[in-house]
Amino acid sequence: MTSADTAQPEGPKPSADAEPLEFRAATKRYPGSPAPAVDALSLEVPAGEICVLVGPSGCGKTTAMRMVNRMISITEGDILLGGRSVRDRDEADLRRHIGYVIQQIGLFPHRTIAENIATVPRLLGWSRTRIASRVDELLDLIGLESDIAARYPAQLSGGQRQRVGVARALAVDPPLMLMDEPFGAIDPINRDRLQNEFLRLQAQLRKTIVFVTHDIDEAIKMGDRIAVMREGGHLAQYAPPAELLAHPADDFVRDFVGADRALKRLALQRVRDVPLHQAPLIREDGSAAGAQANTDVPYDLVVDGAGRPVRWGTDGAVHRIDEDDTLRDALSGLLASAVQYGAVVDAAGAVVGVISIDLIHEVVRREQPA
Amino acid sequence: MDPFEGGVMSGAIAALGVFGDGIDFLVRERQGRGGGEVGGLQQTAELLWGHIKLSIAAMVVACAVALPVGLVLGHTGRGGFLAVSVANIGRAVPSIALIFVFFAWFGAGFVNVMLALALLAIPPILTNTYVGMREVERDIVDAGRGMGMSATKLVTSVELPLALPLIMAGLRVSAVNVVATATIAPLAGYATTLGDPIINAGVYGDEGRVGAAMLVAAVAIATELLFAAAQRAATPEGLKLSRGTQRRRLTVINRRVSTTP
Repeated sequence: MTSADTAQPEGPKPSADAEPLEFRAATKRYPGSPAPAVDALSLEVPAGEICVLVGPSGCGKTTAMRMVNRMISITEGDILLGGRSVRDRDEADLRRHIGYVIQQIGLFPHRTIAENIATVPRLLGWSRTRIASRVDELLDLIGLESDIAARYPAQLSGGQRQRVGVARALAVDPPLMLMDEPFGAIDPINRDRLQNEFLRLQAQLRKTIVFVTHDIDEAIKMGDRIAVMREGGHLAQYAPPAELLAHPADDFVRDFVGADRALKRLALQRVRDVPLHQAPLIREDGSAAGAQANTDVPYDLVVDGAGRPVRWGTDGAVHRIDEDDTLRDALSGLLASAVQYGAVVDAAGAVVGVISIDLIHEVVRREQPA
Repeated sequence: MDPFEGGVMSGAIAALGVFGDGIDFLVRERQGRGGGEVGGLQQTAELLWGHIKLSIAAMVVACAVALPVGLVLGHTGRGGFLAVSVANIGRAVPSIALIFVFFAWFGAGFVNVMLALALLAIPPILTNTYVGMREVERDIVDAGRGMGMSATKLVTSVELPLALPLIMAGLRVSAVNVVATATIAPLAGYATTLGDPIINAGVYGDEGRVGAAMLVAAVAIATELLFAAAQRAATPEGLKLSRGTQRRRLTVINRRVSTTP
């Protein structure tokens, strides 16, 4: 499986200025501590992809992220941004060109929203008019009304503050963004919405992103690639989400992704992406509806004039599943309504195929390690 | 004609008893016990101005020492505890003792008492500046650094504005302390403060002592009000919105602690 199969469908090309990032045996050792905090971390993040660093607390994921903009110095090894060592760059200049979002967001409470967003442009000496138009543009991008610009952070909700934090990090259109548990302080319902919003934004912007979280579900949802780290700053596995779930490298990763990793994997695939069963379709008057080749369902599915399912055979109730649902939701639906087959429908409600628990099982079995 | 002589005014003043006598001393010249003329508006103004001059000088010196030290220690977070502890131990030494120690170096006069008062003023300013800087949320500072702010920029545009309410609270405590304590100046050989009539009642008489004491109290209260207004003005708009009540409570607690002699 490639990253294209994961939560992020193949989008537009990486944004023109997104740059690849490479950790090259990057190591952080604190004086007086025998074990390194980050131990010879090597991994490559292609331009325009989200790399999630995930692991239990104390695994060095945040340290690793903060080494990129040298908030934490690199003891040994190197980190290359766009092929250039971050160690060779002026510290302040490097940081001004890397977006930085932290969990508590860290908006300046004494500055208005517009002033907060303008922080880095001001440091770079942009003109007043250029800053003003950029602030407008960013507020629009993150979906906030422009009248919010004159308010103070204390007047915003948590979700709004989080969006402003992202806008502030995007202000000078940096080639790389660092995000440390950016949704960690948001309640679950809003977190889900902000995650989806951010993924839509990323589909448009295609930045290279290093994203730190301790939540494996968030990692699977957000990441094009996931780096699972374990205590002592070791990289346990670096793989796209589907591969991580299907082939955990060792017991640690297997434990960390959880006993429900099979279900998590189902959440990565949409019903439309699997080869569905076909049932013999008949119209309500008994005539065959369309050509019927290779039907492998032993029941007739009655459809109306628009191809929408009506019933199984003479009186069986139909359980409908949207083709955009994940396999996990589909399975859950089949189990909940205690049926063997579900009719998969498209956005217009017309039948596109049939799904069964056996079929989902088959999908899982095919990808299971031998 | 002297508006305080005779008539309604004089009657009202007389009705206030000893306080009335004190006010009377401040506004009207009389024969001192030592023989010279004492009291009256002109001398009151002289003493008041000397008092204020001394207090301002002491505050300027104290700020020049405590603010930079507090800002640097607060910004770096290093050595702060030590400095604050030393300053607080210093606070335990009475100003009057310092004055006599300073005789050894500075002799009698303005400089001596001014330095003693400055030392009295330093601990609250230093402590509040240090604590104010340290209390700025670490996430806010981290975000500033992470966006590429230089240390100077971080201090001037993030840490200092956010620490300002607490720093102003420190100045307020110090200023009130200094104004009240400047009355001991005559003991250091600097007679032109409102302390002179208080300490040398033998010359000025009891009404002089009461009058000067009342005026010192009034000046201290005025100082308190002035700095309270300055503190409000220095609090950034965005902070008043967020945790105005919380912050005010904190300030009050801090004040109480600091004013305890």
